[in-house]
Amino acid sequence: MAKVVYKFGDDISTDAIYPGRYMATVLPTETPQFCFADYAELNKNLNSGEWKNSVIVGDNNFGCGSSREQAASTILGHGLIVIAKNFARIFLQNAINLGLNLITCPDLEANVGDEIVIEETKVVNKTTGKSFDTVPLPEARKAIVEAGGLVPYTRKKLLEKNKK
Amino acid sequence: MTIVEKILARATNQKSVKAGDVLEPAVDVAMSHENAALVINQFNEVWAGTGLEPVVWNPDNIAIIFDHRVPAESSKTATNQKKIRDFVRKNKIRKFHDIRSDEGGICHQILAEYGYIKPGYVVVGTDSHTTTHGAFGAFAFGIGATEMASVWTLGNILNVEVPETIKVVVNGKLPSNVFPKDLILYLIGKISAQGANFKVLEFHGEVISNMSMSGRLVLSNMAVEAGATAGIVPADAETERYLRAAGVTEKLNFVLPDSDAKYSQVVEINAGELKPQIACPHTVDNVKSINEVEKKHIDQIVIGSCTNGRIDDLEIAAQILKGKKVAVGTRMLIFPASWNIYKDAMKKGYLEIFADSGAIIMNPGCGCCLGVHQGALGDGEVALSTTNRNFKGRMGNPKGEVYLCSPAVAAASAITGELTEPALGGK
Ligand code: SF4
Repeated sequence: MAKVVYKFGDDISTDAIYPGRYMATVLPTETPQFCFADYAELNKNLNSGEWKNSVIVGDNNFGCGSSREQAASTILGHGLIVIAKNFARIFLQNAINLGLNLITCPDLEANVGDEIVIEETKVVNKTTGKSFDTVPLPEARKAIVEAGGLVPYTRKKLLEKNKK
Repeated sequence: MTIVEKILARATNQKSVKAGDVLEPAVDVAMSHENAALVINQFNEVWAGTGLEPVVWNPDNIAIIFDHRVPAESSKTATNQKKIRDFVRKNKIRKFHDIRSDEGGICHQILAEYGYIKPGYVVVGTDSHTTTHGAFGAFAFGIGATEMASVWTLGNILNVEVPETIKVVVNGKLPSNVFPKDLILYLIGKISAQGANFKVLEFHGEVISNMSMSGRLVLSNMAVEAGATAGIVPADAETERYLRAAGVTEKLNFVLPDSDAKYSQVVEINAGELKPQIACPHTVDNVKSINEVEKKHIDQIVIGSCTNGRIDDLEIAAQILKGKKVAVGTRMLIFPASWNIYKDAMKKGYLEIFADSGAIIMNPGCGCCLGVHQGALGDGEVALSTTNRNFKGRMGNPKGEVYLCSPAVAAASAITGELTEPALGGK
């Protein structure tokens, strides 16, 4: 079970998730400190560890904008689960590649403070007792998730190629 | 088949593919900029523990261009750039453009200018505006750093789902103060910032076939602002003219859609009805005709970027600014998209016009477009810019506002210090 700590509107861009001015910082160990840097309360509670492993809820087109992978690694570093109606393509892909848990749930009703459980095909809001269907990952992405991310997946392919 | 389907069929040696198929196409050009520093980390990760010496699959298909922070604004960036230079040398990557006035510029402009992209290519870049190269009739899209590490290793891009295609048909004739930038802003406003998410925009119609490569680059560049994976313009005689001028001698292979290609949607636009368009804060799809936007004081005018920093953009601005002054209380920043454009503008006298008008001429590169380097906004300040994004914080300050427009609107507004419709004829 995880608590919803923050709700966003439509079109949350990667500039909001990880502002361009921090882009020279690339290491996944260092990016989490700048997560939602321009959202003072959110950033503070993430960095203090208060909101670790919580849920943040987006609306449509979460993660639009640039291809910066820091936008995925910065969220991953805080163990957050992101639930949104839908995600922008590059962000979704980066998240899958790094193993960040994004849940596409078009009809979700949840407020800050609600307790959420993620099940195989649905999101359950324990606070309201309602559950909502999730949209499965695109078929093409499942193999990467199953391999544990794109790095191990590519390594496997590389070794296969070298055997031939 | 649509253009993207045909390109992906070729790249996977198949007769045909259709939207939804999962493929691992071979990559013709793989482009990165300063974020190659992160790609190198991930690349080394992939090879770690395999007992193999890490080598890129084909150095000739890799391009690396320094543009986001040139010259470096911090020791951290300079160290990243140094690390990339070492990697480039070790792996013998020749399509490398360093911080130099004889080869430098914004990555997307450099790929175009140096003839690196050809019709039918599969192009990936660790930059969302890699869509730009669809202007050459290629399938070009943005990816993240780990995905690029995978491409550098294998030469293929793994798990690509063939996207559906939206056909955009633009007929009529653009009014003389309306430009490709206005057209693409209008389209984004019409279909929204997620209207083409996971899809390809394919551009057709007489306005497109009469448009120069420079204009087509604007359309494809901003396709991603409608969420599109790619924005493709069918290759034609204009594509060939541009590439020949760029020094390409090999035979070109135009990939055109079949007459029975299946589109998920058709969007028609009558160009003759358009007015100059403005994207208002803080989303690119918050688009209005110029006459519907409230007049307000503009603190910073910006002309440049991979969208509108080419020679024809500077020409329009120079025509408008000639003999005029930038309004007192407004500052104007101009950053040509490449050093070749800079030098061309110098020869044609545009730089002198800008300097006499009070505008600041900055060095080619991404400049203030993404708010990390030069030209940040102060709290509460308003910018009017020919760049492609106006997200909160984009120009370095979440308390600033960014409006997007064509170079003609930017130049006309620089003179008055407020949003101003350029006269017909673009002057
Ligand atoms: S000019 Fe702006 S949009 Fe273009 S590549 Fe540079 S930062 Fe990105």
